[in-house]
Amino acid sequence: MKKLGYILVIVSVLWLAACAPTPTEAPTEAPAVEAKTMVIGYTSSLTGKLEVSAGRQAKGLELWMEQINAAGGITLSDGTVVTFESVTYDDESSKDRVQELYTRLATEDNADMLISPYSSGLTAAASIIAEQYGKVMITTGAAADSNYKQGYTQVFQIYTPASRYLTGAVDLLKLLDPDVTKLAIVHEDATFATGVVEAAKEYAESLGYEIVIFEGYASDTTDFGPFINKIEATGAEAILGGGHMTDGSTFARQVHEKDIDIKMFALLVAPPEPDFAELGEAAYGVIGPSQWEPLAAYTPESAGEAGLTWYGLLSDEFVTVYEAAYNEEPSYHSAGGYAAGLILQKAIEDADSTDTAAIKAALDNIDVLTFFGYTKFDTTAEAHGLQIGHSMVYVQWQKDADGNLVKQVVWPQAGATAETIYPIP
Amino acid sequence: MEFLSFLVDGLLMGFVYGVAAIGMSLIWGVMKVINLSHNMLIVYSMFGVYLLFNTLGMNPYLAILLMAVLGLLMGILIYTVALHRVIDAPELSTLLATFSVSMIMTGLATALWTNSPRNVEFSLGSLSLGPVTLPGTRVVAALTAILAAGGLFLFLYRTRPGRYIRAVANNRAAAEMVGVPSNQILALSFGLGAMIAAISGGLIATFFPFNVLSGMNYQLKSFVVCVLGGLGNPLGALIGGLVLGTLEGIIPIFAQTSWVPVFEFGLFVLIIIFRPSGLLGAKQ
Repeated sequence: MKKLGYILVIVSVLWLAACAPTPTEAPTEAPAVEAKTMVIGYTSSLTGKLEVSAGRQAKGLELWMEQINAAGGITLSDGTVVTFESVTYDDESSKDRVQELYTRLATEDNADMLISPYSSGLTAAASIIAEQYGKVMITTGAAADSNYKQGYTQVFQIYTPASRYLTGAVDLLKLLDPDVTKLAIVHEDATFATGVVEAAKEYAESLGYEIVIFEGYASDTTDFGPFINKIEATGAEAILGGGHMTDGSTFARQVHEKDIDIKMFALLVAPPEPDFAELGEAAYGVIGPSQWEPLAAYTPESAGEAGLTWYGLLSDEFVTVYEAAYNEEPSYHSAGGYAAGLILQKAIEDADSTDTAAIKAALDNIDVLTFFGYTKFDTTAEAHGLQIGHSMVYVQWQKDADGNLVKQVVWPQAGATAETIYPIP
Repeated sequence: MEFLSFLVDGLLMGFVYGVAAIGMSLIWGVMKVINLSHNMLIVYSMFGVYLLFNTLGMNPYLAILLMAVLGLLMGILIYTVALHRVIDAPELSTLLATFSVSMIMTGLATALWTNSPRNVEFSLGSLSLGPVTLPGTRVVAALTAILAAGGLFLFLYRTRPGRYIRAVANNRAAAEMVGVPSNQILALSFGLGAMIAAISGGLIATFFPFNVLSGMNYQLKSFVVCVLGGLGNPLGALIGGLVLGTLEGIIPIFAQTSWVPVFEFGLFVLIIIFRPSGLLGAKQ
């Protein structure tokens, strides 16, 4: 016991100790004659708490790369055929590793383009490096608005920003039950979730809601009992919040077990994930915002109606190729990974060049509808690269005729596939 | 009445922290080994219960019994392979050895099961007593924690192997001189610690979703509980767990929940400074 302090310091140091970088993917394609091979650098969280979503994002990106290379790449007007290869590392869900590895990608690996890691926190770390080395980076899986208000000019966001993540849930609640007045907001204490709920709080208050609890929890929280007791004590009628997959699932299960009297329960990130159904009855009725759903009806026809340019494959085609490649249902993280590649492809075609400045200029002018939705970037100095075109859909876990849990789109109304279950049982 | 609800929830959680810490306390107290593979022993048991429940439809509590036996065997295996040769070396060596085991087990678990959250969809219903709702699985966990602590206490103080363990803990050389087979006893101690870690993991899996990293939280809490309760004393660990759970339950009434770790680890530092042998004055 006398050596306890000494030992605990060692324990802390050991857990912080990082391993050497571990390249996880070899270059995929040999360049063709008179071809240009562009190196796409990114890290993915193969280990650590972000592994599930990050893994799906990387699968989506790699699928795009396989498809474009298999199709012969992009042919520019001067005859140059552009193909792609990736260099990627495991960032261990750690910001420190991300900074180290993106520096390595930008310098030693000579990546032509960068794709972000998963999560707003890691992407914030990568964005500094991308900007520092003048590399264009498409960010996916990174919704926090703050990253695009740092004066960066090389970073472009695919996702709907966090500030618009949960506002639709507030609109839905207003429509379903104008009598509800008290909301509880309980969220993960992390960059992304905090950004989302601060915006949702401001929006809800502007609509006249009283936020009776506004509290954060540590990412590794397992016991939500104190929060649930507080929610019950304050008489909140709906809960908004969450953060990522594991904490969201745990929160949902405990709310179900405590059987508290709430009418609506909307969580970030976890509900749209196919694995959320593993919660069984605890998943029933839970609502979640999703960047993309297979049911989302973005088509060349809807592009025409909206006066937009259509680009790329259809949603069901994406689902088919993804399931064939990975034998699993794609989540919006998978679609986001693919969409990052697709937007980069469109920018190279528009630029008709592999020059970084030309591609950046093309990205500034992107105005396109894909299977992932509408993509357009803010080009003002205040928020360069912020996504201003894309919007969320909201799913709710319901039951089909056989009693199996299925996701249904419940908002926006125009795209709804089922009535909202309200209030939840 | 709201206070009662917060308090009961805290106490139920405290039993979980207590049972999770008993294994670590035993190994730390008897062997002077800080077992950094404790987290993964908890996690492997969680996954064991999950797989047995989801694939074979086995009752989770039966699965926990099976996991307890496997935990005992795994503990003896870890001791034999990774600790036996360094048990007499400075404490840093055993710390590194168990850290290595933890990293191997983490890598293996991630490769096998990914980091997806898992859930054992099992319920024993809930018991409502006025403002307090007691989920059945949490009540069973609390009773099991009492049984585990009491059982281990009786084992240590009422059986021959238990007396051998205490003898080795007090003075290994003297114990060997009177014929106590210290190597086997050390292996048994580590096995018992691993067994109780496995029981706690299985119990947690019946009411919380988890992933391969979920054990770390309980390992950190176990450090605090061991310091609170004193080392090598299962009842001390259980009481330490209850103190911790109660703090976690009632602090949120008065403050933001994010203040809980500040109080917890503040208490941890104070105990180390002023009562290094634990609140209960157990064996140092």
